[in-house]
Amino acid sequence: MARFESADAFHSAEDALQLLPFRFERTGQSYLVSNIVGDFVRLSGDELNRLVDLRINPGDALYDKAYAAHLITRASQTAQRQLLALRLRSRMAFLREPTLLHIFVVTLRCEHSCPYCQVSRQSTDRSKFDMSEETARQALDVAFQSPSKRIKIEFQGGEPLLNFPLIAHIVSAAKARAAAVGKVVDFVIASNLALLDDTVLAFCKANDVLLSTSLDGPADLHNKNRPRPGGNSHELATRGIRRAQEVLGPARIGALMTTTEASLDRLEEIVDEYLRLDLDGIFIRPLSPYGFAVKTKAIRKYDSRGWLNFYARGLRYVLEINRSGRHFPEFYAALILKRMLADRPPGYVDLRSPAGIGLGALVYNYDGKVFASDEGRMLAEMGDRTFELGSVTESYRALVCSDKLIDLVGSSLTQCAPECVDCAYEAHCGADPVYHHATQADPVGIKPISEFCARQKGVMNLLLQILETSPADAAILRRWGGM
Amino acid sequence: MTLPLHGTAAFSRGVATTKPSYVVRLRSLPVPAAISASEFVLVRSKEDLQEAARSPSRGVMIVSDEGLEHLPEAAHCTKLISVPAKFSYFSDGDVIGLHPQSGRFRTLYRRASPYNSILVTDRCNHYCLMCSQPPKDVDDRWLLDEIRRALPLIAKDTRSLCFTGGETLTDWREFLDVLADARDELPETAIHVLSNGRAFARDEVVTAWAALGHPNLMAGIPVYAAVDHVHDYVVQARGAFDETILGILKLKDKAQRVEIRVVLHALTAPRIVETCKWLARNLPFVDHVALMGLENTGFAIANANELWIDPIDYRVGLAEGVSILAAARVNVSVYNLQRCVLDRSVWPYSVQSISDWKNGYVEECNRCIEKSQCSGFFTSGRSRQSRGIVPILAS
Repeated sequence: MARFESADAFHSAEDALQLLPFRFERTGQSYLVSNIVGDFVRLSGDELNRLVDLRINPGDALYDKAYAAHLITRASQTAQRQLLALRLRSRMAFLREPTLLHIFVVTLRCEHSCPYCQVSRQSTDRSKFDMSEETARQALDVAFQSPSKRIKIEFQGGEPLLNFPLIAHIVSAAKARAAAVGKVVDFVIASNLALLDDTVLAFCKANDVLLSTSLDGPADLHNKNRPRPGGNSHELATRGIRRAQEVLGPARIGALMTTTEASLDRLEEIVDEYLRLDLDGIFIRPLSPYGFAVKTKAIRKYDSRGWLNFYARGLRYVLEINRSGRHFPEFYAALILKRMLADRPPGYVDLRSPAGIGLGALVYNYDGKVFASDEGRMLAEMGDRTFELGSVTESYRALVCSDKLIDLVGSSLTQCAPECVDCAYEAHCGADPVYHHATQADPVGIKPISEFCARQKGVMNLLLQILETSPADAAILRRWGGM
Repeated sequence: MTLPLHGTAAFSRGVATTKPSYVVRLRSLPVPAAISASEFVLVRSKEDLQEAARSPSRGVMIVSDEGLEHLPEAAHCTKLISVPAKFSYFSDGDVIGLHPQSGRFRTLYRRASPYNSILVTDRCNHYCLMCSQPPKDVDDRWLLDEIRRALPLIAKDTRSLCFTGGETLTDWREFLDVLADARDELPETAIHVLSNGRAFARDEVVTAWAALGHPNLMAGIPVYAAVDHVHDYVVQARGAFDETILGILKLKDKAQRVEIRVVLHALTAPRIVETCKWLARNLPFVDHVALMGLENTGFAIANANELWIDPIDYRVGLAEGVSILAAARVNVSVYNLQRCVLDRSVWPYSVQSISDWKNGYVEECNRCIEKSQCSGFFTSGRSRQSRGIVPILAS
């Protein structure tokens, strides 16, 4: 029998050690270090220095930690780099399917008058604020030119059900076109459900249309946020959710909450309301800085720290619910965890770089104008046309390859933007040129004063802390990441 | 109970061959009407022999210690092999390869067993500290030839076959010919190939493997750690980790099925959480991960001081590792470990993995309500029992 060699014999000192790219950030006494696909390790200052100087050897804990996290490789090895390349490719796979989401603003009219609303109009004048069939046809021309095999058409408003005949028309036209060119189209109606009736439900069932609605919490809070004649928004929304669950199935209706100052003290009640309605999770969202929200100064009422406290409290509460055995994800965390733990490309257009404007979504406004994002059209309502790409009469290529969009996307890449380029969280973050334009009049933005940046880093840091220090909650977060 | 899978024939006649071995399929009495030249009738008694001798041109396989081959009835049989009674498990459909000059034979295939594992070579470019089948540097290429002659004799409804070594891809071209035969002869049979995966780092190998177009082929490849030097030390081969990982990536790049096998011992089990995290992050697209208790045989006995760890001492880490892989939607199983040493959260992933010919239970198991679900123990080698072995009396 040949002799066995000792562990030291495999320390390959003759094969030079090399650093692979990484980023780091000081967090209290230690440093958070991440590789180019965002695997995190925590190192002490001394360890970080030893790593940078390559004063590390196989068999010491730091070598093993750095190797497993792809911070180092041997010069002759290829697998470390190949794994990173493969994972990076998977993370950026969204680039292979440009412009999946096509938002049709079929009307600006709405019977609600929410103070935080960005765009709606109280009007009965159909001709003024409804999309025409001709505009819809041209918008479909553009949507079907996008190279993706699968596209999603989302109907928005205003309250889109106020123009239901056009929705029905677009769905049938889109299906016919999809069949002709071998594409798949998914449909979503974003509605307050006040006008949901059996006709609409039957239509949704027959055409596999998803519903997405707004639910801000218990009745008094919801009705305060979302006034309508009769003050019965909550009653109509919950009745609509129940009906949709019955008719379409529980997975075919989702709800989103909008956070306002009034929500801050009542998060547990809001979550309970979602549970009570058997919704499949909750998305704890920040308030967006667009539209009337800016005009009414609602946005100033709480800053990123206030929101982060709110978010952390909500997440802990949701985790508690999950610990008791009910699967009920917080979708914002799930979104980030899918990238952090599973390299899944972000489905969310605001958390990508290159930015999702135009490349991830196009918005066809009721009047035929085309915007690079939903928030972009809200800015336009306020007189800022930065994200207006053109009109439905133009081609997809002309809109998406316009100098305007290329400049906005190209200048905001987190891979090379100031601050972002060195940020330990970059791999899981995104460029949000609309937000930074709206708040700082600059698509890149100065990140240390960006609430977007503070929020993203805060949420990721919170998730990391839970993953590292709370095994039971970590197991739940990992499940969300694998969903 | 451990079944002997190779031995020496007491006697043979009429089995001379120009091939390196003589391959036969066994048939039970009564002598089937349609019997081919490569089929031998199983004879366990004098009465059997008398019945078989009525068709003297048929081959006869005597399984007995009674010296039946010396009876006058045997004189009529032109083709005859006699093996000791401890091979009484031989039964209809089994396939045996015999080397006529030396009388050495091995059981290539057992019809009744779900665990058929065929040794392809004893040669290996690894020298794993815990190897259960220690490599030998001998020219055994005739084994591949024997397997190719055995494949047509294996029952077409066999659900799975495993090829093991040594390193199965040592003579990769010849071995791929075996796999091509398996594909054509046994189109319904899942084929599992154990390999250290390094050969797949070469484009020509992985391309030829994929070109087989086998409908149900899986490569089972060991990864022992997330760190190069630990894996290299365990397999006693410098550069192994890098090539193995590259091999796995190339297989998956060609949409081939891959299983990762992690043998748990004192060098791998204490870092199993890190390894599982690493697998979940880096190789979540593999088709299966098997976390395997150590079979205390072969080199594992020689290296017991370095390798032995009581499974009860890595129970918590193993449970966390399994949960991490499962959350990442990796198909994970735990092999060779008894339920009483596993955290209950791991039970749904634990599999009765030990091949029937070397599987057993201990006294305590008789009272255990989980026995029928439990992997039990290896009867091979020097079985070492965890201090955590205790009958489970309530669910």
